[in-house]
Amino acid sequence: MLNYALLVHGAPYTHQAALSALRFADTVVTGGHRLATVFFYHDGVHNASALMSPPQDEVHLAEGWKRLHQDYGTQLLVCIAAGLRRGLLNADEARRHGLPLHNVEAPFELTGIGQLVDAMLNNDRLITFAP
Amino acid sequence: MTSVHASDIEPQDLMVVLRHPPHGSHWLREGIDVALVAAAFGQRVGLLFQGDGVYALLKGQQAGALGQKGTHPQLAMLEMYDIESLWVSAAALTERGLSVDDLILPVKPLTAEAVAELMQIQPHTLIF
Repeated sequence: MLNYALLVHGAPYTHQAALSALRFADTVVTGGHRLATVFFYHDGVHNASALMSPPQDEVHLAEGWKRLHQDYGTQLLVCIAAGLRRGLLNADEARRHGLPLHNVEAPFELTGIGQLVDAMLNNDRLITFAP
Repeated sequence: MTSVHASDIEPQDLMVVLRHPPHGSHWLREGIDVALVAAAFGQRVGLLFQGDGVYALLKGQQAGALGQKGTHPQLAMLEMYDIESLWVSAAALTERGLSVDDLILPVKPLTAEAVAELMQIQPHTLIF
């Protein structure tokens, strides 16, 4: 059994990266390994949008990530700096910035890059998925 | 230009590979951010500039014409964060008609073989 962390740089539906990452994540957990963390960085932060609404016959990426959290306890971490400048905010950040809306909700967590370093150091593998 | 060989290279805790120029995308800025944060967390960090990433090192950089902040202020902070292992692909410089004298930081040029060996000896590599 290995402990894995994933780093996702690709925006949903723009590139293959996020789909590949989700498929890899499913294989990690069904293969008896532990997927501790998925860290969303760069354009990958858009994977955390609570407003993502793909057509019903397409893979729903945000739901896929949430399922990993619900079934396997995988942490879904979103870089706060990359998220804020791209308009990905949770309720706390929206309040802090005086904005009337937010679009990031649990189980996605806004967090710092330090958590990426932590995920890299404390897991057996960190795998990057980039466009 | 004399190139460093892999036998002269010390492994770091993390190597960050930068392959994008300033201004055109956020890859470079967000890559350097990871290097700075990892260093702030006490990790020994090395940077490898490859491909168009070598343009990050050109002298005379300014903010972008479209209001981009530019990455030279970030690079100026590397020393403060004790990020001193700076490598550059010698081939990437040559292909662009550049030499280490054109660059703002004291980087070590690596042959293609040394780049390959560098990749192998680092425990963690993040590519931007």
